[in-house]
Amino acid sequence: MRILTLAGRRLAASIPTLVLILIGVFVLLQFAPGDTVDALMAQMGGGDAETAKQLRQYYGLDVSAWAQLGNYLWRLVRLDLGFSAIYGKPVATVIAERLPATILLMTASLSLAFFFGLVFGVIAARGVNRWPDTLISTLGLVFYAMPTFWFGLMAIVVFSIYLQWLPAGGFEDITVGLTGWRRTLDIARHLVLPTLTLGLFYMAIYLRIMRGSMLEVLTLDFVRTARAKGMDETRVVVRHVLRNALLPMVTLIGLQAGTMLGGSVVVESVFSLPGLGRLAYESVIQRDLNTLLGIVFVSALLVITVNFIVDLLYARLDPRITTGS
Amino acid sequence: MDMTRRAALLTSAAIASSVAFPMRSLFAQETPRKGGVFTVHYGAEQRQLNPSLQASTGVYIIGGKIQEQLVDLDAAGNPVGVLATSWEAAPDGKTITFKLRDGVKWHDGRPFTSADVQFTAMEMWKKILNYGTTLQLFLTAVDTPDPLTAIFRYERPMPLNLLLRALPDLGYISPRHIYEGKGDIRQNPANLAPIGTGPFKFVTYERGQHVIADRNTDYWRPNAPHLDRIVWRVVTDRAAAAAQMEAGQIHYSPFSGLTISDAARLGKDKRFIVSTKGNEGNARTNTIEFNFRRKELADIRVRRAIAHALDIPFFIENFLGDFAKRGTGPVPSVSTDFYPADNGPQYPFDKKRAAALLDEAGFKAGAGGTRFSLRLLPAPWGEDITLFATFIQQSLADVGIKVEVVRTDGGGFLKQVYDEHAFDLATGWHQYRNDPAVSTTVWYRSGQPKGAPWTNQWGWTDETMDKIIDDAATEVDAAKRKALYGDFVRRANTELPIWTPIEQIFLTAISAKARNHSNTPRWGSSSWHDLWLAE
Repeated sequence: MRILTLAGRRLAASIPTLVLILIGVFVLLQFAPGDTVDALMAQMGGGDAETAKQLRQYYGLDVSAWAQLGNYLWRLVRLDLGFSAIYGKPVATVIAERLPATILLMTASLSLAFFFGLVFGVIAARGVNRWPDTLISTLGLVFYAMPTFWFGLMAIVVFSIYLQWLPAGGFEDITVGLTGWRRTLDIARHLVLPTLTLGLFYMAIYLRIMRGSMLEVLTLDFVRTARAKGMDETRVVVRHVLRNALLPMVTLIGLQAGTMLGGSVVVESVFSLPGLGRLAYESVIQRDLNTLLGIVFVSALLVITVNFIVDLLYARLDPRITTGS
Repeated sequence: MDMTRRAALLTSAAIASSVAFPMRSLFAQETPRKGGVFTVHYGAEQRQLNPSLQASTGVYIIGGKIQEQLVDLDAAGNPVGVLATSWEAAPDGKTITFKLRDGVKWHDGRPFTSADVQFTAMEMWKKILNYGTTLQLFLTAVDTPDPLTAIFRYERPMPLNLLLRALPDLGYISPRHIYEGKGDIRQNPANLAPIGTGPFKFVTYERGQHVIADRNTDYWRPNAPHLDRIVWRVVTDRAAAAAQMEAGQIHYSPFSGLTISDAARLGKDKRFIVSTKGNEGNARTNTIEFNFRRKELADIRVRRAIAHALDIPFFIENFLGDFAKRGTGPVPSVSTDFYPADNGPQYPFDKKRAAALLDEAGFKAGAGGTRFSLRLLPAPWGEDITLFATFIQQSLADVGIKVEVVRTDGGGFLKQVYDEHAFDLATGWHQYRNDPAVSTTVWYRSGQPKGAPWTNQWGWTDETMDKIIDDAATEVDAAKRKALYGDFVRRANTELPIWTPIEQIFLTAISAKARNHSNTPRWGSSSWHDLWLAE
């Protein structure tokens, strides 16, 4: 019951945030010179003023900016995300088409980052200042410092061009038309390099956080007590230290689920994946307000949901959080 | 760094020209292989796939295989009938009659007739198609006395040569039965799932991923096409596109889709051919536009000084390689029909002369050697423009003009230059489309509505120029028209409202397995009915 009230309060508080975000993005895009018709003209390679006027009318750009915002919010209240200028279909459809690739990539790389970040973090903390720690910390620093686009391109050069093990890009092989589990395998093969590229960067962050918080928790009194009780080392680490050290990691996941959604523009471009990041980028370039606001809306919803789940996880990991005021 | 880069460019160009052409004659004897999937790099997705509604290479690269036009250009660059078999103009130039091909079917099985031509011309070319609206401004009606005759009636004389050179780009036909009475043409679902008469049938379009078209088994040309399927892969990152070519996932990257350095690298690889061949119909010039609202730039001496201050051969040699050359005016040298013998004044690199002209105009160097400052807006269409903007900035600093480079994206560039006029200098591309009347003269004719992109928005009005342009547009005698466009080029170079110092042709990177490629001046846009892939 307590959890439900907490949930209700959380969700209620997020609605104004959502509206503010949408208005903010709308206003920001108004500052960008040119509108979607200018962008379309740029793409067409020219056109006359009459065409431009017709197009502005067609896209509903012939009214004032505030009227446009009003129209947008009013449509949103009726759960209608509007019509995408560049795609010629409803924004909801456009986003739904892109969501699977994004979510697949995001879940895969987050899991990779979380799992290996955790394992390597623990190993490094256990062997602090000895060779496993040095090796892991150095590698972590390398992955963290390496720009993702460069790592992606290098991975393509090595694994796709030189070794020819994995495809260089795309979501699936379209020249042959696979079905069933063969298709699943094919998609998985296509996602190996992007997942590694995106995941290794985040893994570097997680392992550093994990190592740090493990080291911190290891010095706390209750760990000494546990050891004094004669508990064996594995149990101390898994039952007492790890559980406490996980809190900052979970916080970070909540924060980064949102970033990864938008932050994968680079990876999506390098590997030609049809994800939300590239869609957002393209909507900005094309000044497609409806699509961009739609993406922001969906991303915001996702971030709110993830944060909500993180809150619940806190309670599970550390019961003091729900019982406290 | 520069030397190696330059060396790379030069070698690749040499290889491209020495390898590509002997190979083609050698393979001309081969029997075309049936089948195969041809994969194409698709860099910038459009909102449209129907070339009757949007004239741009991004649409032709797909729509041009599915839909066909009345005429196309042959290997020598002359008009050749596709859906039209013959044409004839009345002596007064106000009536042009096309005879249409018999037995052609749309992909849905309906016959192609003059009614389709009439509908497309009146409802699409005249009302919606960019450049088409200008070209067909005086088109009053298309008569269809029988299913295989279409008579175009114009209010003012329409030069037959102009129409024939414009139609390869602006003459694609759409099916009337799909569009008529189906509401707003712009919203018709067929715009993204086109139905045509071409050698390939549309299959599917996954936004952000790929477009697929399959062989049209009912195609009107006998024994064509050879390929089973074409797949266009959406790859927005240029470096990634080059990597996919090397990994064998892409056969062809059209219209300079790769970075200059990647193109040079692939040109040295035996598995690829990198060349400008097949793009002669897509010539472009790098431009510098002057805003006459700035008092300094309204002075002809300042404009000329700026031209003299730039060492164009140096820039071409070090940054663009053999794929570019010195431009001579608004009509590029590949335009055999209109390139004049005398281009009028040229502006060779001469820093002293530039300084003298600026002094003469009364803009003496002030404190720190600066005479005045300018804002330069480079268009974001290609890396050569970005490089050129930096080159302009550095070169003009040498003669005491301080340049601030202001970068924007496509929409922002068009808005600021063509609508708000918020620029002093701008630099971008001018695309020449086989006849100066299609998209070139609008850059010079005064009275263009504010906000129309790629038109004269420089604040420059010249009665002599306007008269030349208007006379040429309705002149039906081909020789007189050519002479008038000679005057046009000389006037443009004398008054210099825009300077066109570099001429470029798009680069093609294609797998060496492809046969019958790059064999027409607009090959990337053409129908590929004879293209095939060797084993």
